[in-house]
Amino acid sequence: MHSSDHSAHHPALAHHFQDLDQQKDATWLAMWVFLATEIMFFGGLFLAYVIYRSSYPDAFAIASNALNVNMGLGNTFVLIISSFTMAMSVYSAQMGQIGRLVVFLILTLILGSTFLGVKYFEYKDKFESHLVPGRHFDFAHHHDPKTGELLEGAHSESANKATEAHSSGHSEKAKREIQIFFSLYFAMTGLHAFHMIIGAGLLTWLIVLALKGRFSREYNSPVELVGLYWHFVDIVWIFLFPLLYLIGRHHHG
Amino acid sequence: MSAHVIDSQVIVQTEHKEQENYLTAGYSLKSWFLTLDHKRIAILYLISVTAMFFVGGVFASLMRLELMTPQSDLFEPDNFNKLFTMHGIVMVFFFIIPAVPGVLGNFLLPLMIGAKDVAFPRLNLLSWYVYIVGAAFTMFTIVSGGVDTGWTFYTPYSTSSSQTHVVPVVLGLFITGFSSILTGLNFMVTIHRMRAPGLSWFRLPLMVWSIYATSIIQILGTPVIAVTLMMAGLEKVLRIGIFDPNLGGDPVLFQHLFWFYSHPAVYIMIVPGMGVINEVVTCFSRRSIFGYRAIAFANVGFVVFSFVVWGHHMIVAGQSVYSALIFSILSYLVGIFSAIKVFNWTATMYKGSISFDTPMLYVFGFQGLFLIGGLTGLFLAALGFDVHVHDTYFVVAHFHYVMVGGLVMAFLAGIHFWWPKMFGRKYPESIARFSMILIFAGFNLTFFPQFILGYLGMPRRYASYPDEFQVLNIMSTAGGSVLGLGFLLTAAYMIWSLFFGKEAGKNPWKATGLEWEKTTSPPPTENFFETPTVDEEPYNYANRDFTKDFNEEVKVGA
Repeated sequence: MHSSDHSAHHPALAHHFQDLDQQKDATWLAMWVFLATEIMFFGGLFLAYVIYRSSYPDAFAIASNALNVNMGLGNTFVLIISSFTMAMSVYSAQMGQIGRLVVFLILTLILGSTFLGVKYFEYKDKFESHLVPGRHFDFAHHHDPKTGELLEGAHSESANKATEAHSSGHSEKAKREIQIFFSLYFAMTGLHAFHMIIGAGLLTWLIVLALKGRFSREYNSPVELVGLYWHFVDIVWIFLFPLLYLIGRHHHG
Repeated sequence: MSAHVIDSQVIVQTEHKEQENYLTAGYSLKSWFLTLDHKRIAILYLISVTAMFFVGGVFASLMRLELMTPQSDLFEPDNFNKLFTMHGIVMVFFFIIPAVPGVLGNFLLPLMIGAKDVAFPRLNLLSWYVYIVGAAFTMFTIVSGGVDTGWTFYTPYSTSSSQTHVVPVVLGLFITGFSSILTGLNFMVTIHRMRAPGLSWFRLPLMVWSIYATSIIQILGTPVIAVTLMMAGLEKVLRIGIFDPNLGGDPVLFQHLFWFYSHPAVYIMIVPGMGVINEVVTCFSRRSIFGYRAIAFANVGFVVFSFVVWGHHMIVAGQSVYSALIFSILSYLVGIFSAIKVFNWTATMYKGSISFDTPMLYVFGFQGLFLIGGLTGLFLAALGFDVHVHDTYFVVAHFHYVMVGGLVMAFLAGIHFWWPKMFGRKYPESIARFSMILIFAGFNLTFFPQFILGYLGMPRRYASYPDEFQVLNIMSTAGGSVLGLGFLLTAAYMIWSLFFGKEAGKNPWKATGLEWEKTTSPPPTENFFETPTVDEEPYNYANRDFTKDFNEEVKVGA
């Protein structure tokens, strides 16, 4: 801080802090600690994934091939670019360039919404193909023109094994195992999408505050904190994409 | 919240009654329900956890009433299942876990570190509201018919067979978990960033170390139970397979995830209670704590080891014998940290000038009962013995000696110790001592027979039992009645003291610590009239002149 006198009277300073530095330190630490809780929260689902994938490797490979890898890959790029625009938002805020800050925040929001839009079409497709776990789940007769191509690409040993299993009367077991993959797919990507929606809300809030002129070189912690959150949510996707979309694709290659 | 503006001139607080404090800062409902003052939030927690304690107590009383006779005559076995489930859920999630952090932690943490408030006052208030929403879901479950799965919600029973209200109560606990997480986060940041000048880590009262350790467990453990309950809820509602073997899932995975939180949760319950003991035992022995650093680091030891012993709950659940062996050895090691603390408290009292005020009596109670609870924990960590007494009353007696004998004793010690600070009034000492003896005697009469019952083979969670167990069960029920009377009497004289108790003055116990020496009772809204500075070790009783008046006025600006 340039001078504690100046920061001690800043409108954003809460009464129980000595100065903006102390306030910023506290909010930073809180955000990192919060992200630690988030890691533990997602950790439970990742643990379940690890256990079931090691128990049912073939079923997971077959099920993974039913996902639309192009949409997943596209979304991965969208999120990586949004991380860049978010980083630029933080940089602009630190430089006090409010106009650029608003532009980058809006770009980030658009990219985040794009991700959610693609996710919507993916979910819709799975829903129509009876791949949502529950009473209507049906993988055996799953034949969708859009994803049929992908399933063809999965003519691997594991797929053949499953076909054998199917013919030898173990289809119920195979169906259960494949259903567990989709349970985890929806739980993990759903929780991730929920975090994206929260993130979009936070970005909107930042845009409003930025337009009201609340941020400056001295005070821009909210932008930095939302930035941390946004990057965290992106990183979760970086793990989800290969774990869910890319397993069992190397068998025939 | 009006800012407390202080003249730079010397203010001598001579007229206590005219001095505004946090209780007189506002009388409207809004000033309580929208307060950002950590002390008022502590009072909100005090009222809500006490209410939940009595709800849980009613379930316990009904159970003990049923168990007076060998047959199940007062309740159908189905309803008995609901009784012990609701008792467990209410007591664990809505009393023991939030009791010390929510009430004493909230009230004392900023005072002990010389801060105006916790780092995030709004988040603090939100934590309380989140707790209340979770409690509301649980109360809804109770009035709409209850839940019968046991507080552990083991799958597949909870997600497939149980016809009771699993979903609302699981949702309630999911929500309440966030109250715990947010409180832990808030306290952790407060301890890191809000300490007064001169208050280095090794000058902190050990209560603060305890709260810090508890916060870490809350932060790292609670999200896991949240996601576990979320998965169980999804399985129940959407019939997707995660834990149900009929759907391809693994029920033991649920147990692993559940205990990965719920074992560390035991330390969320007991560690802050141990923090209270440090403060009380030094004050009433007039000595500095013995082995400050050993106790401080024992807290860290609890944090680390609490996360690697969960398998001792699952020794008969089908984990490999090698896992069981490792978990058994690790569980023994936890005993080291408990022993460090208990030995150091005993050494603190050695050659001390001990007085027998009510808080100190509760400390004695804690020491004895926690010792029994802890040592029987070592019995249970032994594989052979655990297989013998698994799911019997021996286990029930063990964890009640830790939870009630340990934590409730420590909570009552703390409440009695800081009551004069919280409300500026003293409770009637002789009734309080009598009440402590009732609680201590009643507790032992309730739970000691249960060790014998369990050892003889009486399983937990049944409404009926063979005739030969009746004498011990009647003893237990009789003890429960005495215990209940003790709690009711305590509640009665505490409420009485709010209106008719003697004025306590600033420091009635002649204790050390910022909350006693640097501010009034009750403290003003912003805690101190000026930011205190610290230039000595904690518990510096050797440097205090006890012939002096410890209730002298608080001087400001000097």
